[in-house]
Amino acid sequence: MTTLNIDHTSRWFGNVVAVNDITMTIGPGVTGLLGPNGAGKSTLINMMGGFLAPSTGTVTLDGKTIWRNEQIYREIGIVPEREAMYDFLTGKEFVVANAELHGLGKKAAQRALATVEMEYAEDRKISTYSKGMRQRVKMASALVHDPSVLLLDEPFNGMDPRQRMHLMDLLRRMGDDGRTVLFSSHILEEVEQLAAHIEVIVAGRHAASGDFRRIRRLMTDRPHRYLVRSSDDRALAAALIADPSTAGIEVDLAEGALRVQAVDFARFTELLPKVAQEHHIRLLTVSPSDESLESVFSYLVAA
Amino acid sequence: MFDVYNPTVARLTYRALLGRRRALILFTLPALLLLIAGAVRGFSGADDQIAADVLGGFALATMVPLIGVIAGTGAIGPEIDDGSVVYLLAKPIKRPTIILTKLTVAIAVTMAFSAIPTFAAGLILNGNGQQIAVAYTVAALVASIAYAALFLLLGTVSRHAVVIGLVYALVWETLFGSLIEGAKTLSVQQWSLALAEDVAGGELVSSAVGLPAAAILLAAVTVGATWYASQKLRTLTLAGEE
Repeated sequence: MTTLNIDHTSRWFGNVVAVNDITMTIGPGVTGLLGPNGAGKSTLINMMGGFLAPSTGTVTLDGKTIWRNEQIYREIGIVPEREAMYDFLTGKEFVVANAELHGLGKKAAQRALATVEMEYAEDRKISTYSKGMRQRVKMASALVHDPSVLLLDEPFNGMDPRQRMHLMDLLRRMGDDGRTVLFSSHILEEVEQLAAHIEVIVAGRHAASGDFRRIRRLMTDRPHRYLVRSSDDRALAAALIADPSTAGIEVDLAEGALRVQAVDFARFTELLPKVAQEHHIRLLTVSPSDESLESVFSYLVAA
Repeated sequence: MFDVYNPTVARLTYRALLGRRRALILFTLPALLLLIAGAVRGFSGADDQIAADVLGGFALATMVPLIGVIAGTGAIGPEIDDGSVVYLLAKPIKRPTIILTKLTVAIAVTMAFSAIPTFAAGLILNGNGQQIAVAYTVAALVASIAYAALFLLLGTVSRHAVVIGLVYALVWETLFGSLIEGAKTLSVQQWSLALAEDVAGGELVSSAVGLPAAAILLAAVTVGATWYASQKLRTLTLAGEE
């Protein structure tokens, strides 16, 4: 049983608060750390990996402080986001060096290389590897000592679909083995496919936590905003507001458009063309104005 | 307690140091020294004063600090810059072990590329007359230790280690350290010259600093820089991409 505990942890850089009073517990199994770019995911992972001191609060592994405790790396394996490795080494030399630094030998390195299926290219220089191959060798270097905790920062970045699936299988297996696997991602679908449990971080804050389905529902049930331009904005507004699927309409004079907030997504999308036709109004623009992930996330923060 | 040497860290450091393009300078500078020595000998024959001038003016004042900058900062700076140092740090290895190992490598490389050519150049210049080749070789060996420690620290604390190191090596050691009286007491070059003076025993090699003071300063700088580098590595923050 290995549990990471983040307790009222904040981290700021000068005036910028990157992580704001976050408390979470990450236990065995696969956990996805989800949030838009710049939300503080890397900062949080760096604190869990012992590469950054919390400004306040504590980050512990089974009660042991992680910061400035190099013995903790007997239990933690880290797959950093940054590309840089010892590019002048071959994949095998790199993984063997990592094993030796743990006091292990070639056998452990070979096993790790087999786990990520990189034996076929192990004698090639890392500088000749593709992004996905680098990611797998990084993974092997993190697995040499059979850690109970695995931290991965944006591990799927730049991987092709096949490599992605392969890594997902691997992480799933690790989770099923009872390891504590935490990976960060800003892509909803990745997290959805892999993690049953997710933690959502937005703007340095802990926005949501728990079962994926619950969070997904929160995301689809949120009010949808549309920007609508038509031949008669005011008549259209009057007709739309009469229906319960519309929660609010603003006439944006500067934009020359309506800002519509719909609460029942399915019903609204049927309603809009019907109403327009009935009132002989021509629709010129209909565009969702908040489909970006950031707005989905900020809705979650408020929820 | 901790190990003072980790063979894996050493192997990675050697390969990183000697494999990079800037390692070419490691070979170029000694080659230049030998070329100068050969030319001087050819033109003016064996002359003790000229031998001392070449070894003191070029080898010790310019070449040794430059090699020190390349080896010292190169032993750790690039790894910190590109983030690959994370693979060393995320291991159950004491940070002082990493620093001491890298220091050993930096010292060995600096010595190999500065002291050996210095000795060879001394032999070419005047066949070690008046012990000049040996004296400057001793100075180069001692200076290698202090420079390696100093520039390893610089590589640990600054992203601009090479530039700062070059300015220090060229402006401070070469210019001020040779010309200005006050600066001389705070110069690795002068400290190591104190040892050379002791070895040669003549008027050809002289230092602005007495031997006891020089020895103490050399030891203090080496130990201090190494200790501080270990401390900095313990709390090295690897900022995220965000």
